Amino acid sequence: MHPIVATLIKRIGLGIVSLFFVSLIIFSSLNLLPGDFVEAVLGQSRTEETVATFRKELGLDKPFHIRYVNWLSAAVQGDLGSTFSGRNASYANQPQQSTARTVTSLLKPRLYNTFFLAAMTALIAVPLSLFLGITAALYRNTFYDRTVNASALATISMPEFFVAYILIICLASIYQFFPSLSNVTSSTPFFERVYLSILPALTLTLVTVAHMMRMTRAAIINLLSSPYIEMAQLKGLSRSKVILEHALPNAWAPIANIIAFNLAYLIVGVVVVEVVFVYPGVGQLMVDSVIKRDIPVVQGCALVFALTYISLNLIADVISIITNPRLLYPK
Amino acid sequence: MNTNNTDNSILLEMKNVSIEGYSDEKWHPIINEVDLRLKRGEVLGLIGESGAGKSTLGLAAMGFVRSGCRFTGGSVLFKGKDLTKMNEREKQKLWGTKFSYVAQSAAAAFNPAHRLINQTIEASVSHGIGKQDQLQKDAIELYREMQLPNPEEIGDRYPHQVSGGQLQRTMTAMAMSSKPDLIIFDEPTTALDVTTQVNVLATIRNIVKEHNTAAIYITHDLAVVAQMADRIQVLRYGDTIEESETNNMLKTPKEDYTKSLWAVRSIKKKEKNAKDSILSIENVDASYGSGPKVLQNVSIDVPKGGTVAIVGESGSGKSTTARVITGLLPPQKGRILFEGKKLETNLDERSKENLRRIQMIYQSPDTSMNPRHTVRDIIGRPLEFYHNMKGSEYSKRVIELLNLIELDESFIDRLPSELSGGQKQRICIARALAAEPKLIICDEVTSALDQIVQEGILKLLLRLQSELNISYIFITHDIATVKAISDEVVVMHNGYVVEQGMKSEIFSPPHPDYTKLLLSSVPEMDPQWLTKILSSQKSKN
Amino acid sequence: MSKLENQYSAKDEVATVFIRRTFFQRALITLKKAPFTAWLGMTIVFIYIFVAVFAPLIAPYGEAQIFKVPYAPWDEIHVFGTDRLGRDILSRLIYGARNTMGIAILTTLLAFIIGGGLGLLAAILRGWIDQFLARFVDILMAIPSLIFALMLLSIFGSTAFNLIIIIAILDSTRVFRLSRAVGMNVAVMEYVEAARLRGEKIGWIMGREILPNILPPLVAEFGLRFCYVFLMIASLSFLGVGIQPPTADWGSMVRETGELIQYAQYDITAAMTPILPAAAIGILTIGVNFVVDWFLYLTSGLKDEHK
Repeated sequence: MHPIVATLIKRIGLGIVSLFFVSLIIFSSLNLLPGDFVEAVLGQSRTEETVATFRKELGLDKPFHIRYVNWLSAAVQGDLGSTFSGRNASYANQPQQSTARTVTSLLKPRLYNTFFLAAMTALIAVPLSLFLGITAALYRNTFYDRTVNASALATISMPEFFVAYILIICLASIYQFFPSLSNVTSSTPFFERVYLSILPALTLTLVTVAHMMRMTRAAIINLLSSPYIEMAQLKGLSRSKVILEHALPNAWAPIANIIAFNLAYLIVGVVVVEVVFVYPGVGQLMVDSVIKRDIPVVQGCALVFALTYISLNLIADVISIITNPRLLYPK
Repeated sequence: MNTNNTDNSILLEMKNVSIEGYSDEKWHPIINEVDLRLKRGEVLGLIGESGAGKSTLGLAAMGFVRSGCRFTGGSVLFKGKDLTKMNEREKQKLWGTKFSYVAQSAAAAFNPAHRLINQTIEASVSHGIGKQDQLQKDAIELYREMQLPNPEEIGDRYPHQVSGGQLQRTMTAMAMSSKPDLIIFDEPTTALDVTTQVNVLATIRNIVKEHNTAAIYITHDLAVVAQMADRIQVLRYGDTIEESETNNMLKTPKEDYTKSLWAVRSIKKKEKNAKDSILSIENVDASYGSGPKVLQNVSIDVPKGGTVAIVGESGSGKSTTARVITGLLPPQKGRILFEGKKLETNLDERSKENLRRIQMIYQSPDTSMNPRHTVRDIIGRPLEFYHNMKGSEYSKRVIELLNLIELDESFIDRLPSELSGGQKQRICIARALAAEPKLIICDEVTSALDQIVQEGILKLLLRLQSELNISYIFITHDIATVKAISDEVVVMHNGYVVEQGMKSEIFSPPHPDYTKLLLSSVPEMDPQWLTKILSSQKSKN
Repeated sequence: MSKLENQYSAKDEVATVFIRRTFFQRALITLKKAPFTAWLGMTIVFIYIFVAVFAPLIAPYGEAQIFKVPYAPWDEIHVFGTDRLGRDILSRLIYGARNTMGIAILTTLLAFIIGGGLGLLAAILRGWIDQFLARFVDILMAIPSLIFALMLLSIFGSTAFNLIIIIAILDSTRVFRLSRAVGMNVAVMEYVEAARLRGEKIGWIMGREILPNILPPLVAEFGLRFCYVFLMIASLSFLGVGIQPPTADWGSMVRETGELIQYAQYDITAAMTPILPAAAIGILTIGVNFVVDWFLYLTSGLKDEHK
């Protein structure tokens, strides 16, 4: 078998194994709780019966591995359980009925919203960062480079909510170009959706570009100090030829990694931004659920985020593998 | 101004060239007002120790300075035009067409992402010297001249798919592709094995003669430069020490420094036949992890109070043998006897006493001492650890050891970065002596040092041996060193012991094939050596 | 070949010897050469530490002291006004320095002890311990930190203690990776092997051979980790799951006064109120980043190009 296929299979296998372990961690972290979770959730109004019933319904009376397998098999089919919210009250009165909604039904619309926001950001942020990073590396130590660097450093030092609030003050409060709250719903038409998402996307873009640009610059500088670059110069090739034909082909792998890394970072930054702008995405859902201690929802959101993160890293590694001449053309 | 039609016109003239380099926030001189002259078709050998500025001067001959360096004076006249006054674009037109550069490490100089043939003709294509098809055909011809295997197809490979020697020859082909007036060879064979080196040297010499290309051949190896150059220029600390025709310089060097470079191995140890062995390894097989065997059925005896030299090229297993003896790599088969008793094969199982009695000195003085420890700490730790010495006894002994290695008390508080290469290696010797060992393994301890310094270290080691009756295992790839200090010799190749015996036996015929190859590949100071070797190889075929 | 009279002496070989100076003298010289940004950074850090340490002496009022007028405008009594419950903003800003920075420092220290120790161990012992730890850390790092922290906080509850432990463990993964990487670079050096051959025990090798040689990148990383931890704690508090009221903390202060933003067009100072703690966070991070950048420049030996 061609070594590249073997490497790819190995890497993808590793990704699946990671996902498995991550799901195990997400599931089992619940069991790390000292004391009884059920009693904590049901609170003051609990009785022996409601506790037992609740436990039974949650499946908490079964042994650990059976619960895990049940949970996992359900999750793979799209069933992530039901939320805890709204349960305690109903249990106190009518133990048979449950008005709890499924986690999946909560997640679905928000998933679309979050990815929409992330895509909007990525579309602007990735090309912009690459451009800034590469030019800063090429014109190293010039005024341009120093300015770009300083601004990037300042931006990544600020918490995201700071950037968000400054943008709100300037663009939504003093000069009211954009709304400060982004209530998108599933029925919002496309262009209005874009309009409502501009401020959150702008915040995310600024932060992501700052990170990505610094990493790109560092990677390009590192690349430019390779000995074969000097050799190309000594062959009398023009600067642009050296960069385009010698540096660039070797840049795909590090740049793919940087993009994947930052897109993964984007997923995390989305959480804060959604909260600030009250944007109905997965991040906001997760934060609300954490405050309410609605574990199934938290687990579902965590799983979604982890899946995205692992997939992005996997894609980056795959790109590194298929652009590596040592693997493409083995000895 | 002479026209360039006659074969003997001056091609390159560097006058009063000075170059500075930037480090530690200051500009330091690298080259001081050096002159260099080169005629068409002439090969100039540029020799000197590391740090003499050879590479910098070589690049400057093209009008190129590395980043962090600058021209501060003088002129570089190429066919009458001053390169130091030209702008980047004008110089780029000359680079890759009239000038070519062959770097020391071919593996680093080739772009891993492009095929060899494309990189070979790249400069010519980009400067519009010829059409792609024709250039490719010419390149394949060059590959053939370089005696590369499968010249038609080898260009389609990627750099990682060919061996080091082949890559070096490909780089030379790349340099020749544009039929330049001047090629600068920067230590092209230093990274190669001795047996590969012969072929590469031969091809370079032929090619340069055939195409009447001028060349600057940079190296620190005197025997090599004697084969390749018409004239030799000696550089030291950025100054020219001496410059003249090869034969003249070899026979009658004028300056003391030049003479000192020529004085190769004035030491020649008298062979001593020891009756006992202090250590022997018997039938040892070893491998790293589950990989292939690195040592196969190796048996070696170390004479008591004498020196056995283990000689071989890279990959022969000499360093692995050292690791087996020290216990870092337990063998899969075989045993080790030390002073007649069986020695544990695993380092962790050995007693402190046994660990003390066998000491090791490494090749690279830069990485064998902790950069944060002072000389006192380095030499003193074995005293503390093995002999429990403290206080004034400790300090006194440290100074004694310093004197033993021909340094003095003033070195005691220095850090390794404040020592020269030779001084560092002496400290390492002192560190080994502090334990009062019976056996010292010297793993290529002089290979990273300059010629004169090597002399000094070898003399020191011999003196210590006669005073303290220590046995040595001396691992090296340098035949001259072997002749200088050994009593017995072991020749290794690909994990096998090819032969072993007294020095006189090994160096006189008849030899097993590999030993013959090895001995004949070592360049000698005779300028005709290469020619002789090649004709004897041809007559064999 | 002519024999050379031995004029060679090992002592006379040329080497660069450093002039012996005390630590303080060297520090002073380095400081004088520091660029503007480094000075700015150091000043910022120094001021913040000062405020944090002497908070009770500097703050005009108590941390949780409640006054009559909530959302009071900026005036002489309350320089930056009051918050939703009527607590003085300036005092809470000052105490916030102590709380937020204090928790961040403790967390970073803990992360370094865990991550650094394990990383060094993995670098020296190698073998299956190293493989196991490295894989385990890879898995932990497969979940984004913020998400993981949110999840664990929802389970364990948001107390300061939980916060410190959870974030320290999550962040120790990065420290592990770094200390393992630099530790391995040093562990393959011949002087480490020489120590092993001597028979030195693992304690000596870790403490006297390897550690002194990996301090520079570790110190720099400490600064960077501090910034990261600091921002994460602020973000978590901002989201409402970090440091809980009534403890004064910059992240939660931003959340508590957030609604004032919308009044920017009428009263700019009101809108600035939530910006103040946010800016306080950002300025410290910038300051630390400047100092770390300069430190990295000093210790990496990578000088910028000069044409």
